Amino acid sequence: MPKATYAGREVEVNDEGFFVDPAEWDEAMAPEIAQAEGIPTLTEDHWRVLKFMRTEYTEKGEGPTVRVLGKTSGVSIKELYQLFPKGPAKLAAKIAGIPKPRGCI
Amino acid sequence: MTAQIVVLGGGTGGTLLANRLRHQLSSEDAQITVIDRDDRHLYQPGLLFLPFGLARPTRLVRSRSAQLRPGVEFREAEVDHVDLEERKVGLRDGGSIPYDVLVVATGASLAPEETDGLSDPSDTVHTFYDLEGAQRLAAALARFEGGRIVVNLVDMPIKCPVAPLEFSFLADWYFTKRKIRDRVDITFVTPLDSAFTKPACARALGGLLAERRIDLVTEFNTGSVDGAGRRLVSYDERETGFDLAVVVPLHTGAPFVGSSPGLGDALGFVPVDQHTLQSKARPEVFALGDSADLPTSKAGSAAHFQGEVLADNIVAYLRDKPLPASYDGHTNCFIETGFNKALLIDFNYETEPLPGHFPGRLGLPLLAESRLNHLGKLTFEQIYWHGLLPGRTLPFIGRDMPERGKRRQTTEGGG
Repeated sequence: MPKATYAGREVEVNDEGFFVDPAEWDEAMAPEIAQAEGIPTLTEDHWRVLKFMRTEYTEKGEGPTVRVLGKTSGVSIKELYQLFPKGPAKLAAKIAGIPKPRGCI
Repeated sequence: MTAQIVVLGGGTGGTLLANRLRHQLSSEDAQITVIDRDDRHLYQPGLLFLPFGLARPTRLVRSRSAQLRPGVEFREAEVDHVDLEERKVGLRDGGSIPYDVLVVATGASLAPEETDGLSDPSDTVHTFYDLEGAQRLAAALARFEGGRIVVNLVDMPIKCPVAPLEFSFLADWYFTKRKIRDRVDITFVTPLDSAFTKPACARALGGLLAERRIDLVTEFNTGSVDGAGRRLVSYDERETGFDLAVVVPLHTGAPFVGSSPGLGDALGFVPVDQHTLQSKARPEVFALGDSADLPTSKAGSAAHFQGEVLADNIVAYLRDKPLPASYDGHTNCFIETGFNKALLIDFNYETEPLPGHFPGRLGLPLLAESRLNHLGKLTFEQIYWHGLLPGRTLPFIGRDMPERGKRRQTTEGGG
């Protein structure tokens, strides 16, 4: 498994850069992961989505897809794309340290 | 005491489950009722062929009640909601039906209204995911003399995830046959990062699109469909122009699921244990097929394998025994590639589609184009009505994914 270092700590990630063990993540790592993905600063709106992702993952064992995010997070799909360009569910999952949302079956 | 088993939905899963239960339980054990809003059972795999004049609409529809064994009651009614506390199904006409065991088998519904512009009437925007749409598309294709055709799925999950791709392959064949292929551009537009939903397929079949001169646009999340302006616009403001668009709308569970507190998830699918198919909310509630939130394809073959498992589990549940049967995620599908050929893939929760032969060494080729698979796909229609729906156990096509005949690769990425 590849390794990555965020906030001075080495963590295990998969080939696509998603955390292997979400428990290894903490909030201090998020800004660095975001920068590597082309998001220079995490705003309050970003954090609202990231925290929602973490809660959903803890409760349901997987991260929500963008469609579910749009329905349940209080942030519209349009805004989600402005916050996390290209793929909000994928990108937010990566920054929040949880596995890539399933959705693609 | 006679148990009341109520099955909502008389489609593939509901019909074969009710028939298998009737076979396994006496009339003293259980009364079995199937409820559906109409008596028209549609052979959904046929919708893919309709737009190309390869299927006749009247042949795809049969009576739902006629597919049920004697001793299964059919009731034509629209479900309004399920009351999980009172264990009752509320009907639109005001009636209610009590149950001891409830099975949700109402499939997936199309939700074009969730995408801006997709439910506006338009001559340029079509779908083949319902009977009327597929017929209208047949007429539009027959009139089509050249230009750009875009095939787009708005988002997963959709029924039969390979169908949009099959549609693109058949369109290539259809315009080649009409000798105007060089005047037609075919573009496949997907929200995923590959044309194939499974990595193993993407690896094995990646070259097939280029070979058929089908252009590919990936990671395109359709935000709006502009029929008059002839363009799809993504949420990140990219545009794809078209002369004719074939769009697979978003899918949700049946509308009544949303009106039944505790029954469904945000999209109206029923969360169930992925092996026993028992609802995560209630032990006496089960779901199968497209209506369940299972992490496998929404496909008739999956509903078939789940139906066999679920019948055993419901029998055990009624006898207060632990649920014995376990669904492994087994799904298989023929992928029509045009020119009288097809691919066959077979997989489950753990195993990606593998090359080899199905169901054993001398069977149909897996992950490879062949005429035999095309014939298999055509023959399946008869097996569906006469073997699968009556709830017969089909030789060679069983609930557990077969390993014989498959070649394991050392490089396999895993499921």
